[in-house]
Amino acid sequence: MTREEIALAPNMPKCWNAETKPHKFCPGCGHGLALKMLGEAIDELGIQDKVVFGCDIGCSLLSWDFFNLDSVQTHHGRTTPVITGIKRARPEIIGIAYMGDGGGYAIGAQHLVNSATRNEKVTAILINNTNYGMTGGQMAPTTLPGQKTETTPYGRDPEETGYPTLGPEMVAAIAREGAYVARGSIANLRQLKKYLKKAIQNQIDGNGFSFVEVMSSCPTNWRTNAENTWNFVEKDMAEYFHVGEFKVPGQKEEK
Amino acid sequence: MSEKPVKGERRVFMTGNEVCAWAALAAEADIMYGYPITPQTDIMQYWTRLAPKYGRKFLQTEDEISAGFTTVGGVIAGKRAFSATTGPGNTLFQEPMSMAEMMRIPTVVIIPQRGGPSTATVIYSQQEVTMTTYGGNGEGFRIVYSTAGHQDLYDYTIKAFNTAWKYRFPTFVLGDGYQAKMREPLTIYDPAERGIKMVKTEPLVGLPGTPGIHRPAQYLRNTYNTEEELYDVVMEIARDYEKAASEIIEWQDFDTDAEMDVLILAHGVVSRSAQGALPLLKDEGIRAGHFRPVTLRPMPEEQMRRAAAKAKRILVVESAYGQFLKLVKQSLYGMDKPIDTLLRPGAGVTAEEIVDRIKEGR
Repeated sequence: MTREEIALAPNMPKCWNAETKPHKFCPGCGHGLALKMLGEAIDELGIQDKVVFGCDIGCSLLSWDFFNLDSVQTHHGRTTPVITGIKRARPEIIGIAYMGDGGGYAIGAQHLVNSATRNEKVTAILINNTNYGMTGGQMAPTTLPGQKTETTPYGRDPEETGYPTLGPEMVAAIAREGAYVARGSIANLRQLKKYLKKAIQNQIDGNGFSFVEVMSSCPTNWRTNAENTWNFVEKDMAEYFHVGEFKVPGQKEEK
Repeated sequence: MSEKPVKGERRVFMTGNEVCAWAALAAEADIMYGYPITPQTDIMQYWTRLAPKYGRKFLQTEDEISAGFTTVGGVIAGKRAFSATTGPGNTLFQEPMSMAEMMRIPTVVIIPQRGGPSTATVIYSQQEVTMTTYGGNGEGFRIVYSTAGHQDLYDYTIKAFNTAWKYRFPTFVLGDGYQAKMREPLTIYDPAERGIKMVKTEPLVGLPGTPGIHRPAQYLRNTYNTEEELYDVVMEIARDYEKAASEIIEWQDFDTDAEMDVLILAHGVVSRSAQGALPLLKDEGIRAGHFRPVTLRPMPEEQMRRAAAKAKRILVVESAYGQFLKLVKQSLYGMDKPIDTLLRPGAGVTAEEIVDRIKEGR
């Protein structure tokens, strides 16, 4: 390889589909980072031939041909049941459901709750960017108090619209032994990859439901520059949404 | 475990729901996903008692949306998956069934219709015709068998799996609460012994080999970027549907060879009242015939028109307020035939009521 080729060789996970890159997420969007960590996790686990990847509607839809993985694009909120149906029919498949906060916490909340309750042996990954990105930045279940969106133009008023959904906390509260629940952030990719790997390994081990929320960025709809985008993810979101593992199989829970 | 659930032929006296569970077993269905709703629930109850004995599976979901989407998941994983629902549950099923329509996913759903609109009754109706044939934000690329009794339920539940997997359209067995809850004598049989070969299933995801290395990855989608792209996809489905239609359509006709004073059009269990009315009408000196479409989608239009051409008048009878009537008018468009109706939404129809309606006439 020439020096230019070496310098330009993109550092892509092996299981990414290079033909569909560069991807279609906005510049500064966190989806690409989350999907990079997911790709590296799949590479490191050596499971590219076993995964079925399901993606939701919303920005997560843009991942439909992202990987060299058998993939199915579903309906808004319905990725968890589609992957559940696949896993129940073919337990040897590793099922990954990829969705946004609207898909998981609003229109598909019943599926998330009941899959967790039944301890379905699937892995759900949810991108929390505090708004509905694809439709142009409306309030999401995760929008922070006071945050301005297209449907909360004067800022989200918790009196009117409630407080942001704490997804991993909810899932950890309803899932039983065997479930793995964590919240990571694109601000700490090494940690995020560790969580994603554990969430997939937990399915491989047949323990139970695995759920990782990823705090992510949406500069297009937040209308933020690079510095403010990063501040929002690292500081504003992190104040409300706490990073960490909420449930780990075999780990003793404090009452 | 591998033993066949139905061996040879056996005369039985069963409820329609029990029949459906046995038919799904005999058809080598692998897994059922479902949510309880009357009068469908006993299909699940029989299935959950029988399935483990034959290595088949079941998942009770959180609602019918999930039941539909898990069924879709089971099918794309390559398994003969099915569900059953009715009424408001059928309403919720329209979302996953529109996905099945778009992505050519051969789901099978059994629908013992209950009263509507809304929660209505848990008893009986023919009010899910419009929804089952043309529901969802789709174009009606579905196959719908309307059964008239227990033998039909057994035969067409088995057939539904084969039609679905052969032509790759979501397929429905449209029964009703009467058939679901009534007992009738029928013959159950091993399809193989009657020369019925089950169409082989195949997975759409989870194929052998590593995607991107040994083979291309499977990308299943229902979202398209441009009008042109979508138009091409839908038109291809439409062409496939039209092509398959002539092979799929089924009907029955009774006394339609000669000229008729009246042709009774009815489907499902109401067809039996129409059949019962024919000898009574003959006694009254009225020349009557009856045409019953077995498939409501696709509709045997030519056959219905041929029968209608020989009749002075048409009488449409159904346990709904004109849902089947709409399909009839669509099929007979351009024919100059007066149409009378006997519409009893959510209520049964007897042979005598049909005779009275014809005598009061015109």
